[in-house]
Amino acid sequence: MSADHLPEHPDFLWRNPEPKSSYDAVIVGGGGHGLATAYFLAKNHGMTNIAVLEKGWLAGGNMARNTTIIRSNYLWDESAAIYEHALKLWEILPEELEYDFLFSQRGVMNLAHTLGDVRESMRRVGANKLNGVDAEWLDPQQVKELCPILNINDNIRYPVMGATYQPRAGIAKHDHVAWAFARKCDELGVDIIQNCEVTGFVKDGNRVVGVKTNRGTINTEKVGLAAAGHSSVLAEMAGFRLPIQSHPLQALVSELHEPVHPTVVMSNHVHVYVSQAHKGELVMGAGVDSYNGYGQRGSFHVIEHQMAAAVELFPIFARAHVLRTWGGIVDTTLDASPIVGNTPVENMFVNCGWGTGGFKATPAAGMTFAHNIATGEPHRLNKPFALERFETGALIDEHGAAAVAH
Amino acid sequence: MLLISCPNCGSRDETEFHYGGQAHVAYPESPNELTDREWAEYLFYRDNTKGAFAERWLHSTGCRQWFNMLRDTVTYEIQAIYPMGSPRPDAAGKVTAETGTASTAADSTTTGSAAPSIAATSTSPTSSTTAPEGATK
Ligand SMILES: Cc1cc2nc3c(=O)[nH]c(=O)nc-3n(C[C@H](O)[C@H](O)[C@H](O)COP(=O)(O)OP(=O)(O)OC[C@H]3O[C@@H](n4cnc5c(N)ncnc54)[C@H](O)[C@@H]3O)c2cc1C
Ligand SMILES: [Zn+2]
Repeated sequence: MSADHLPEHPDFLWRNPEPKSSYDAVIVGGGGHGLATAYFLAKNHGMTNIAVLEKGWLAGGNMARNTTIIRSNYLWDESAAIYEHALKLWEILPEELEYDFLFSQRGVMNLAHTLGDVRESMRRVGANKLNGVDAEWLDPQQVKELCPILNINDNIRYPVMGATYQPRAGIAKHDHVAWAFARKCDELGVDIIQNCEVTGFVKDGNRVVGVKTNRGTINTEKVGLAAAGHSSVLAEMAGFRLPIQSHPLQALVSELHEPVHPTVVMSNHVHVYVSQAHKGELVMGAGVDSYNGYGQRGSFHVIEHQMAAAVELFPIFARAHVLRTWGGIVDTTLDASPIVGNTPVENMFVNCGWGTGGFKATPAAGMTFAHNIATGEPHRLNKPFALERFETGALIDEHGAAAVAH
Repeated sequence: MLLISCPNCGSRDETEFHYGGQAHVAYPESPNELTDREWAEYLFYRDNTKGAFAERWLHSTGCRQWFNMLRDTVTYEIQAIYPMGSPRPDAAGKVTAETGTASTAADSTTTGSAAPSIAATSTSPTSSTTAPEGATK
């Protein structure tokens, strides 16, 4: 797991075509979800006359900014089903996409620090097992064996009382994931158009028939929105609302270190999560900044707080240095579950609300959203995540239930 | 770190405050008459403006009073601070929908399911809206 295992920096992996005047479908947003959707539209549904429109550079949004934790140990059946499907896809995608994006199943641990945590964790392990998700409960000594640098002493404010562990969970190189999808999309004939901002929609009555962009109007039969933090802005252009609030979410890395951290550790209660990237940086994150924000940055006290938590859990981090911090804009919903499905506008579909935790879902979001766009009907896995649930009350409340939502 | 000017206490660090989400969302006047759609709007739908946004803040570790703030959600610049119950002080206060990058809004009629207007002057700082989501994830 050292630097010499990293792939060479790739050559040009996709064309940079001019937008055509019309496509069978247009995906708005060239992050992981938009690219995966285009890939599955082409591969599973034979829709190759399609385009991905990205206002900036490919995968420069949250796809470039996330901490790459992949896991499927969510509490509720609907979530476990879609995230576990994603995990199974991660397991085969390197081969399918012919690209080693360093998917590393090094396990993810979710620490418990209070009696409430312990009960919630054990309940989640039980629920996970019933859903075929690999999950175990570890006592503090087992936690220490898996991650020797973790402090399990009981003389800290919130001692480690145990953890849930999902061995098949892990991390991947996010940029390479995006490039892997982009290259395959390109091979299948999909136009990936960067520096192309959608600025409005053309509608015939209540049916979308085109998108307006800074590079001209493009006719299309179907539109899939995959714009993460900007989903509300696009929905507003199209004339409907989404129950989304956009927040800054920050993360940071240290300088490079020898491998010291063999797994991924997340703590909901003291609130930090940590892994060590392949090159050696310690990668850390925590919660969103409280206020709504579209600036890709947040306040420093949020970082200070997560560092305090990190140093208490990992005393050897005290002498590490923060090398870089950054922020993305995450699209949160009130039940901490995504929205994938039809919209009030005919032939327009939305994939959003993945908030702080949608990287792990990328393959399943793409597969189900492509199905929904191609057939007009949701896939069984995304059906529960319809926009209507906020009206019917069938919420999928993963707040707190799913451990830290990343 | 935002430096927030509490109307009662003066300039204090953001860490002394709690965020309260969109301002001017009134409790429904006739709750028994709301449709499911209208309840959904009230409970789960808030504006997510890119640009000047009217929002509530609580000076939780100071005077413990609520107030409203007009803040740009892109630059984070605080443009105005004003009391609960007062109307929004800028030009956008007179229209209900503010658009973010709005130079080119949809050129057609809005859809039938577009939001019923819930923008009304808030009088009750204790209305049962939700906590700022994500704060404790
Ligand atoms: C700091 C941080 C840490 C995270 N950690 C994790 C984690 O550990 N695990 C996990 O599972 N998830 C994590 N996430 C969440 C994850 O990154 C997102 O849920 C996921 O990336 C969202 O899907 P996406 O990749 O398609 O989004 P994005 O990459 O943001 O793609 C959306 C794209 O839409 C484009 N766009 C917006 N408006 C327009 C327009 N008008 N026209 C054209 N294009 C437009 C944007 O430029 C952007 O490129 C994290 C997020 C952040 C910010
Ligand atoms: Zn005060």
